[in-house]
Amino acid sequence: MNESVHRSLGLTDDEFQKIIEILGREPNHLELAMYSVMWSEHCSYKSSRIHLKRLPTEGKHVLVGPGENAGVIDVGDDIAIAIRIESHNHPSYIEPYQGAATGVGGIIRDIFTMGARPIAIMDPLRFGPIDDARSRWVAEGVVSGISGYGNSVGVPNIGGETVFDETYIGNPLVNVLCLGILPKDRLVLGQASGVGNLAVLLGATTGRDGIGGVSVLASAGFGDDEEDAEKRPSVQVGDPFEEKRLIECCLELLDAGLVVGIQDLGGAGLSCAASETASRGGVGMDFDATAVPQRETGMEPFEIMTSESQERMLAIVNPENLENVLLISEKWEIRSSVVGKVTEGGQLRIMDGLDGPVLGEVPAISLHEDAPLYNRPMEPPEDLSARKEDTPEGNLLESNDVTEDLLSLMQSQEWITSQYDSQLFLNTVAGPGSNAAVLRLKHPITGNDTGRGLAVTTDGNHRWCAVDPKIGTAMTIAESMLNLACVGAEPRALVNCLNFGNPENPNVMWQLSEAVDGMAEACSQFNIPVVGGNVSLYNESQGNNIDPTPIVGLIGVIDNLDTPPPGVSWNKGDRLMVIGPPAKGLSGSAWAFARSKRNGQLEQIDYELHARLCQTVRMLVNQGLVTAIHDISSGGLAVAVAEMAVQSGVGCSLARVPDIEAMFSESPSRVVIAVDPEQMQSVEEVIQNQGIPSARIGLAHGDTFTIKGLIDIGLSKILEQWEDSLPQVFESGTTQG
Amino acid sequence: MNPTIGVIVFPGSNCEQDALEAVTSLGANSRLLWHDSSDLGDVDGVIIPGGFAHGDYLRPGAIARFSPAMESVITFAQSGRPVLGICNGFQILTEAGLLPGALQKNRGLKFLCKPVKLNVRTTNSVLTSQTTKDDSLTIPINHFEGNYTCSDETLKELHDEDRILLTYENNPNGSIGDIAGICNDQRNVVGLMPHPERACHPLLGSIDGQPLLHSFIESSSS
Repeated sequence: MNESVHRSLGLTDDEFQKIIEILGREPNHLELAMYSVMWSEHCSYKSSRIHLKRLPTEGKHVLVGPGENAGVIDVGDDIAIAIRIESHNHPSYIEPYQGAATGVGGIIRDIFTMGARPIAIMDPLRFGPIDDARSRWVAEGVVSGISGYGNSVGVPNIGGETVFDETYIGNPLVNVLCLGILPKDRLVLGQASGVGNLAVLLGATTGRDGIGGVSVLASAGFGDDEEDAEKRPSVQVGDPFEEKRLIECCLELLDAGLVVGIQDLGGAGLSCAASETASRGGVGMDFDATAVPQRETGMEPFEIMTSESQERMLAIVNPENLENVLLISEKWEIRSSVVGKVTEGGQLRIMDGLDGPVLGEVPAISLHEDAPLYNRPMEPPEDLSARKEDTPEGNLLESNDVTEDLLSLMQSQEWITSQYDSQLFLNTVAGPGSNAAVLRLKHPITGNDTGRGLAVTTDGNHRWCAVDPKIGTAMTIAESMLNLACVGAEPRALVNCLNFGNPENPNVMWQLSEAVDGMAEACSQFNIPVVGGNVSLYNESQGNNIDPTPIVGLIGVIDNLDTPPPGVSWNKGDRLMVIGPPAKGLSGSAWAFARSKRNGQLEQIDYELHARLCQTVRMLVNQGLVTAIHDISSGGLAVAVAEMAVQSGVGCSLARVPDIEAMFSESPSRVVIAVDPEQMQSVEEVIQNQGIPSARIGLAHGDTFTIKGLIDIGLSKILEQWEDSLPQVFESGTTQG
Repeated sequence: MNPTIGVIVFPGSNCEQDALEAVTSLGANSRLLWHDSSDLGDVDGVIIPGGFAHGDYLRPGAIARFSPAMESVITFAQSGRPVLGICNGFQILTEAGLLPGALQKNRGLKFLCKPVKLNVRTTNSVLTSQTTKDDSLTIPINHFEGNYTCSDETLKELHDEDRILLTYENNPNGSIGDIAGICNDQRNVVGLMPHPERACHPLLGSIDGQPLLHSFIESSSS
């Protein structure tokens, strides 16, 4: 075989040699194609696996940890929740609408594969600067894709957050988190068992779309525009109506107990689904490539086996149940075909007819477990210590116009979130724009309201992680915890999506390793298990790597959801307080980055204090003692309070916020509360009993926003900026070129 | 005796369980009816729920109107019994010719999901009998094609015959005459774009959907 073939498929010479060792011969083209997709960075995590092992994954509520299609946790009342986060970064840059749409479709399949009904989506998004027309084209396409697919498939989108920043100009991030709900005893795993059982392919036909999506596209950076445009056929095309019927069909099959195992077809298509179900079940599979319904004529077996055509599932069915499986498929107008048979031994054989010639044969397990594992070189940046010295506060504590500084950080995301159905299923108590999303917890079969709630948040901060990937990641998790506390929830489990640059760059690998260390430290300290994750590497363009962007999704439980948790809106006359230590430092803050001050040093988190703060906040919230609450994170105290003011429609006067550091510092473990004067004594008692520092900072009243000695501005001015900034800039147009 | 409300399910419908949950919480019996069967059973009222029947392919409601269940819904409606179309259901009712006019893409060409304020314009319908004229109700919308349009002649008819049930306080989608919901000339077939079932539980921010669904249930029992 021509040696350059494996390279064009993204395999190295060493990897090619390893395949020869496994097979004891040279692979044919079909086999090589299967190894190339399964051993891609995207599928095999070959650069990151060695680091991910450091994350704590166990906890008393964990039913399924990392490695399956989704993590699953016990939330009580015989209910389990499946949760997963994924990235669809590269396809979304090439083809924003379809890239984002199929990202939604893919993660929903991961969830119902576990036997869970998908009940919510959240989308953390990162785009290039908003004044760049090409970045707006990407953003508009991505949001339309999420909206078009997610609304139609019928899964509400309850939150997430969008950031526009220079670092993502050639490489946006489109992450998506999905939650599903299932009766605890219905958990299904993606495995085959029972020699003689049949593999039934459900759903859409297989076409030439998405071939090499995981290798050519997801596991390489971006170069020049022309080359990038040629990657467009590697982006899949989604059909939400097909997916909606596929969800209902599969859940009905699972309810009726008609399938032994089920697996979605995502990255690496049939190669992945066939080999994963077989190797997880410790069996082999004969797979008839010609029995796969094809969208176009003349498809080669390697195309059939690596196509990433969407809306397909592979079910393992006892032959006795086949007839009933076909009947239910027919009801939902879902195409179903027997494409394989479970066999003894561990070989995956691709055949031309189940009695016909063998087109390719590999040990099923070798596509996963023999995938290469790299401990790539890591190196901190050479100028790290100099960077740490170069703090923003060291040389710049002045501003020409504090009011303008504040306004530039005010941006409502309603233009984006109002394009998503956030309310379907009648669960959404707090939706987009809340401290954390809150859902009613109803039993998935009986529909009975448990009186309890789920809370979910996604967070990520590339600025903190650019300054210090380890502390920055830990701070991100601390922020998520505080977000959950603000709605009265206890954290149960975390999922992460690690978005980084090119792993062959030692500085990038150092960032990844540091971020994993920060996550491991914070999760251990806070006793939060990591139940799943995704790693997206090669987020680079023209040789520029993105700032490290670990995104976390944190899920928690609210024990009593009789009344909605307080939002961010206060009442006239409320007293305003900050709970937590005083603000310290501006490194990594949005304010500093807006001045190109990207260096400095982050404050170490006091884990014990932070846990106690979260406990205190939960007590205040659950006892109904606060009118409004908002954590202090991106933009600092000033932005937190201004966001509360504009959403309340009531202004405020603040004192004891002496300077820019106090206004814009993003140092951790701080929260703003608004308290009715009659509750003030009870609130201060709780805070004092818990030994948490706090400060009264002002009063909610009037129609101006004032910080003594620094700002005095009409609330309407802030509101205008808040509401109009996003819609106005999108009205100014977009361009693909 | 409490009436039984049937909720039609097409492939691609997605608000059927929500409609069921809401009417059940208000005391009605309810059941789902699969689109492929023309047998509506013994139901006293029919809801066509929101969602994307048949993926909204071709045009919202354009394919759904041909389902066997819709023939029965037409007969059911002609017998004077109550039929309610919510969102996609409203679109299907216009495609099926049970309500006049059509729903086109929103002004601004964006999907919109948010609470809006509605004004009750008449209490003379199966959807508004338990409300008070000029009541202001806060109910969410959730649609891309919610921009109601009709001929001048139809608009005049709707006005003259007092068949505009609900209007938007701040028109979110460009609907002609700020129209959010209408009824047929018999006043037993109603369609609206907002989702009353999403505003029936105190934890969901508004319970203003209750009087509308109460009206519908009450009309179904008589």
